[in-house]
Amino acid sequence: MFDTIKFTYKVSGDDFTRAGEASSDVKGKLKQMNVPPDAVRKVAISMYEGEINMVIHADGGEITVEITKDCITMVLADKGPGIKDIDQAMQAGFSTAPDNIRTLGFGAGMGLPNMKKYSDEMKVETELGVGTTVTMKVYI
Amino acid sequence: MTVKELTEKNIFTLVNDGGNSDTVITKPFACDLLSFAMSKASADCAWFTVMGNINTIAVSVLADCACIILCEGAELDEPATVKAQQQNVTVYKTDEPVFEAALRLYNLL
Repeated sequence: MFDTIKFTYKVSGDDFTRAGEASSDVKGKLKQMNVPPDAVRKVAISMYEGEINMVIHADGGEITVEITKDCITMVLADKGPGIKDIDQAMQAGFSTAPDNIRTLGFGAGMGLPNMKKYSDEMKVETELGVGTTVTMKVYI
Repeated sequence: MTVKELTEKNIFTLVNDGGNSDTVITKPFACDLLSFAMSKASADCAWFTVMGNINTIAVSVLADCACIILCEGAELDEPATVKAQQQNVTVYKTDEPVFEAALRLYNLL
């Protein structure tokens, strides 16, 4: 049907009015391509959490989504502060989100755990002061 | 029960008609933390929350909720209202607390 389709999205930092637009757009495209609903849901959840993390912690970044007939690969790259302690960040309930973010309903400390739970593979590369790149795969 | 039937029951005030009147509501779901809602809300649920900001709309779209019911007198703020219109999300509001409102729907399903 198709070989590889690739989309790139710029995510603005600290702009909650647009947060979720990239995930929403990808979700719509996957539905149009008749990707099974379960895989669409997994991509929507894991990508939205990553997108929100970029807005809250990293002043935005870039998301690349590559779709093949058997896999959806999401690469979320930012030039934010990096993650100090990955193991701690992966713990459900651990959060460094500021209070103003919590009042919006975020900051439950479920971002990275949800990303890991809902993707089939996840790799986090991070360097303090340089940035973070998260690669997630969802198999169709 | 469909979204249209829920509107006709007139127990919650319709804030935005998302045009999905034929959607069948599967069950009530109550949560205010968006990451929990994102992962736990099932498709076509009716989501009861007090969070009326733009991110609530985004999560509702991504999780395929049938509708949102804002409880405790919470209101949709202006950006969220615009987003709900753009994304065709049905939103109601009520002065009732979350549990009472969700129970009321549960008893109708």
